Amino acid sequence: MSMNSSLILSSTTFIYALATVFYIGSFPFKKQILAKAGFWVIVIGLIGNTTGILLRWVESYQMGYGHAPFSNMYESLVFFSWTLAVLYIFVEIKYKESSIGVFVSPLIFLAIAYASFDPNMSSKISPLIPALKSNWLIAHVISCFLGYAGFALAFGFSFIYFFKPKDPKSTSVFARLPSWEMIDELTYQMIVFGFLFLTIGIITGAVWANSAWGKYWSWDPKETWSLITWFVYAIFLHLRMMRGWHGTRLALVSIVGFLAVLFTYFGVNYLLSGLHSYG
Amino acid sequence: MFFCSVELTVYTLVLLATTSIIGTVVLQNGSPQQYVTLYGNGFYNLIKVLKLDDMYHAWWFLFLLLLLCINIIVCSIERLSLTWKTIFPKKVGFNPDRFRTLKNKEIFTTNKEFKTLASEFQAILSKRVGPVLYEETSKGCVMYAEKGRWTRMGVYVVHASIILLVLGALIGAVFGFKGDLRLDEGAKADTLFTTKSRTSIQLPFAIQCNEFEVRFYDTGAPEEFRSNLTIIENGKESFTQDIRVNHPLRYKGINIFQSSYGTAAPDNALFEILDNTTQKSITIRLKVGEKAQLPRDAGIFEFEGFLPNFKFREHNLGEAFFGKVTLKGKEGFQIPLPTKFPTFDKMRKGQFTFVVKDFEQRYYTGLQVTKDPGIWYVYAGFILMILGCWITFFISHQCYFIEIEKTDQKTTSVLVSGKANRNSYGMTLKIKKFVTLLKDK
Repeated sequence: MSMNSSLILSSTTFIYALATVFYIGSFPFKKQILAKAGFWVIVIGLIGNTTGILLRWVESYQMGYGHAPFSNMYESLVFFSWTLAVLYIFVEIKYKESSIGVFVSPLIFLAIAYASFDPNMSSKISPLIPALKSNWLIAHVISCFLGYAGFALAFGFSFIYFFKPKDPKSTSVFARLPSWEMIDELTYQMIVFGFLFLTIGIITGAVWANSAWGKYWSWDPKETWSLITWFVYAIFLHLRMMRGWHGTRLALVSIVGFLAVLFTYFGVNYLLSGLHSYG
Repeated sequence: MFFCSVELTVYTLVLLATTSIIGTVVLQNGSPQQYVTLYGNGFYNLIKVLKLDDMYHAWWFLFLLLLLCINIIVCSIERLSLTWKTIFPKKVGFNPDRFRTLKNKEIFTTNKEFKTLASEFQAILSKRVGPVLYEETSKGCVMYAEKGRWTRMGVYVVHASIILLVLGALIGAVFGFKGDLRLDEGAKADTLFTTKSRTSIQLPFAIQCNEFEVRFYDTGAPEEFRSNLTIIENGKESFTQDIRVNHPLRYKGINIFQSSYGTAAPDNALFEILDNTTQKSITIRLKVGEKAQLPRDAGIFEFEGFLPNFKFREHNLGEAFFGKVTLKGKEGFQIPLPTKFPTFDKMRKGQFTFVVKDFEQRYYTGLQVTKDPGIWYVYAGFILMILGCWITFFISHQCYFIEIEKTDQKTTSVLVSGKANRNSYGMTLKIKKFVTLLKDK
């Protein structure tokens, strides 16, 4: 039964891989058309990704469990790819810069590839444990992953500072990357987007914990690491707005922030124990 | 001033972020033995001195939080007194020269007559942005409108929300409690012990557990825990309600959560006693502590008790009953009767074989009982934090500027520019859109 959605989602992995190839290829060949093609391939991938998630939702009802597909590591990675793709498509349409896809498409691909190809990753649809049966599940997961997606894009864009040549007359393949000014704006926008949604994610989690366990905050490793991540981005915002930090210095803070996101997401589950062992 | 510097904010946040890692790596709230085994004696002393076993309540961690709060309060007061006039000005004004040199300015010419253009643009500006300031110049006119000046308050809302959160947490820690209550089905209680200090708390009512039910999926994973509770006040039943995980009972400021469950000791069981000499058997129902005569007056069997987890040669055999067999003229001995292995007693090869034929499965429900009068401050903080972040990052104080000039020919030249206190690129896009709107007119 769950074959259908898994099949669609693993095909989606290949579509995202193709988009990544197009975006990367657009640099050595200096062909803008390849980056444009990459964009449309991502759109097709997103359609597959969306279909896969919805189908999985339907399948869970057919199996008699009936829950949103946000209950384990596999499902969260698939959804992470989805939020990344949606946010990236929005950014490319709004800012009309297709060359930046080279720093984002690999992330979209890697998240879903990890879900599809890691042999330890179970794609089985399993029933929800009592603690997860709550209306807060959907709000909490969606806001956390929108937050993660914002930070992931900011992380990708931060690398542009290290690639983009400072000399405007440079003939390097990276010369057509957007200006530092534009990247500064983009990174900032992604981080404030991520910050707002991480805040909402932590808060919905706290309200949920208060109705499940009677405590809105218990210094569980997942909670603590999400707070650490929040602190890092709060530092980013203060450095940028109050101390005028820019460029590579600030890009490093954004990279450290995303490492904290990765640890909150994966490290806590694999290395530490706590209430949040399901994903 | 020391308490009002952004450096202090950044350093405090860096310290909070890095030290918070310790508590996720070092075991929290463990016993001294656990620490000594895990980290050795030397590290255990360090852990005790720095209270790393309960790091998030350690004096130095609370000091960092306090420092952050003082920093926020002092900074906010200092800055607010400076920016108050910007946020609530007596009179809004503008400097045309600043707008003429902005990077995002757009210039176009049109054949329309100056006067109609001026009144049309003024109408659009007032509809789209806000009240228009109009001034005539030597060659034409300038107009200005702004919106979102109040959004400069957003950052103060975010900072105030943090203070509210800390205040709420403090109130909860001082005036609230959290405790565990284990109730067998049918039992009631009105006192409990707090999780942390094990002090007893008297509730204003008694909680009675009428029934506990657990349902499993066919995979064996638990599907739902449910306790049927009755609240008893002044000896009278007040009301009865089911609680489940995620669906607590809240009454008179006290919250009752379903947190765990387990098997309670059954108070009676049906035993089958097989006489291996005659191959005849009898069945008898006994309560805990009751005794029965063995067939042929051979001795006495006593039902001693029950264990939810019986360990036999390093194996956990699960639920087991215990009885004491005293044969006539001999010393009594204890026999275990694990319910999952009915033939267990047979292996003893005694004169009599005992089997538990039937017993009523009883559960206990594990409740978590909390009181937190600070929760409303925390929730208010949550709402303000989200609102404040939204205002601060996504709405800005935007100023629009239009200059119309009569040129030598019969055309009119228009300059449009604008600035915002945040998201300058977004403002550039807005100016572009605004220009297309003006041209279409």
